[in-house]
Amino acid sequence: MLLLTCPCCGVTAEETEFAPGGEAHLKRSGPGSSDAEFDSYMFNRKNPRGVHFERWRHAYGCGKWFLAARCTMTLEVFGTYPAQTLEPPAEIVAAIKAKRPDWEGFA
Amino acid sequence: MSELAQSALPGAAYEGFVTVAEAGLRGMITVRGDLAGLAGAVKDATGCAIPAQRRVEQAGAKAVAWMSPDELLILCDYADAPALTASLATALSGQFATVANVSDARAVFTVTGAQAGDALAKLCPVDFGAMTTGDIRRTRAAQVAAAIWVSGEGEMTLVCFRSVAQYMFDLLSRAAQPGSEPKLYA
Repeated sequence: MLLLTCPCCGVTAEETEFAPGGEAHLKRSGPGSSDAEFDSYMFNRKNPRGVHFERWRHAYGCGKWFLAARCTMTLEVFGTYPAQTLEPPAEIVAAIKAKRPDWEGFA
Repeated sequence: MSELAQSALPGAAYEGFVTVAEAGLRGMITVRGDLAGLAGAVKDATGCAIPAQRRVEQAGAKAVAWMSPDELLILCDYADAPALTASLATALSGQFATVANVSDARAVFTVTGAQAGDALAKLCPVDFGAMTTGDIRRTRAAQVAAAIWVSGEGEMTLVCFRSVAQYMFDLLSRAAQPGSEPKLYA
């Protein structure tokens, strides 16, 4: 079971209270991008075995979106942070590095 | 005189190891916007300050509940709700905020008894042992959304959508069946 802490309302709840929103930090390839770039933005998703950044919504609670860093293999949650961030904040990266020293970093 | 406004399940009640009762019509107003900017209008309308995160502020017959970082729920008498909505809307005109009277969209149940938390723990993924009087928690009860307010010692008030009132009453009644106490908290 996944236990997530919503950064918007401070509640720590289990997975069933949340709705998953797929990969976080997707960057849209804007007007003028090549077909290949847009195709990649539209369809290609990471599917790592290990550290992953995801979007979640506190669907049965405050209703807000937030982001979570977790391990897809062990379900360990490294931290959750507001959705209004373009890349993982320093403290989340530090928390992951502490637990997974060989993690290649956010790319 | 005929009563036009009726609650979802008038008079529905179940006596188990806790008492489940439909609370009747309750005035409810949703206010959304920047909470700091709403403080003055909400204070004038209800006498309550903006509640802290996941808390309920009470002043007489009115209460204000924290629902999300940009949403409050005002609880009042059913008859007062339309006038209160109108006065709040006037007070907040020009601000980036919305006021809606949602009284008729909701159903309210009370679960009373020392083991109220135990009955609800069967339905909700929540640690009711960590909740104290005046706390409110939005969660799910089995398959539907609910807000649970610890409205007093051994008393929980549960708010859900009116369309699922019968489902909620059946759930709560089943959870409160005598002999099925999980004895988690009391």
